[in-house]
Amino acid sequence: MSEQQEVAKQEETRPGVAIVPPVDVVEDNTGITLTADLPGVPRDKLTVRVDGDGLLIEGEVALDTPEGIEAVYAEVQTPRYRRAFTLSRDLDTAKSAAAFNNGVLKLRIPKAEHAKPRKIDVEIG
Amino acid sequence: MYESLLRFPSDLFAELDRLSREMQPAFGGLGRPSSIRAGTRGAFPAINIGTSPKSVEVYAFAPGIDPAKLEVSIDQGLLTIAGERATDLPEESDKPSIYASERYAGSFKRVVSLPEDVDAARIEARYRDGVLQVSVQRRESAQPKRIEVK
Repeated sequence: MSEQQEVAKQEETRPGVAIVPPVDVVEDNTGITLTADLPGVPRDKLTVRVDGDGLLIEGEVALDTPEGIEAVYAEVQTPRYRRAFTLSRDLDTAKSAAAFNNGVLKLRIPKAEHAKPRKIDVEIG
Repeated sequence: MYESLLRFPSDLFAELDRLSREMQPAFGGLGRPSSIRAGTRGAFPAINIGTSPKSVEVYAFAPGIDPAKLEVSIDQGLLTIAGERATDLPEESDKPSIYASERYAGSFKRVVSLPEDVDAARIEARYRDGVLQVSVQRRESAQPKRIEVK
């Protein structure tokens, strides 16, 4: 097995290995805005899940790779992002909105008195 | 050890694995010494390089950039990727609370040294899903050919 295939196999047998994507989190009077960098993730491989007090962001990287390509140098070695947060009860997760463009996820969760469990639909543009 | 308290991982073993991998600074992540121009880990954007018999592919992970403002140039076998990313953070006057500011904002420049057998005239750059992919074709004469024995 080539060295590159061995590295790939090791990654697969260790579930849960994922890159922690960098985020910006800003709170103002009306709610919280979270921006996350998830480069290489197409829209259909992005998962944003919100329930009563938790937020989970997951994405799988899908790059365009020509046939017979071998990695020579890799700073991004795992094709997966994952990050989770707990949310406080004053955020209205039912009214949250997400947009995903050019690998940047922008998530807006407004404040309210009550939080309900809900999966978020990602809008285009 | 961690840039901000928010980065403390829930999966400690994944983090320890990542740290042990990063403890090989002499090697560019795959057991071979990296180019002198490779830049330190954590530079923006992150770069992956792959080779196939026909081409060399350079991937730069640069989300949230206007592709028209990206500067990609090649000179004497050096591929330069430069640009700027504006910050998304709000102004001071709105008095927001910024809990995390981990995303890179500002100008960036990364240089990749390409192998000698590439054809600088046959180069393409595409920007998709926040990844800039630069493909440089190898010279025809450099590609492996099978020789017939008569």
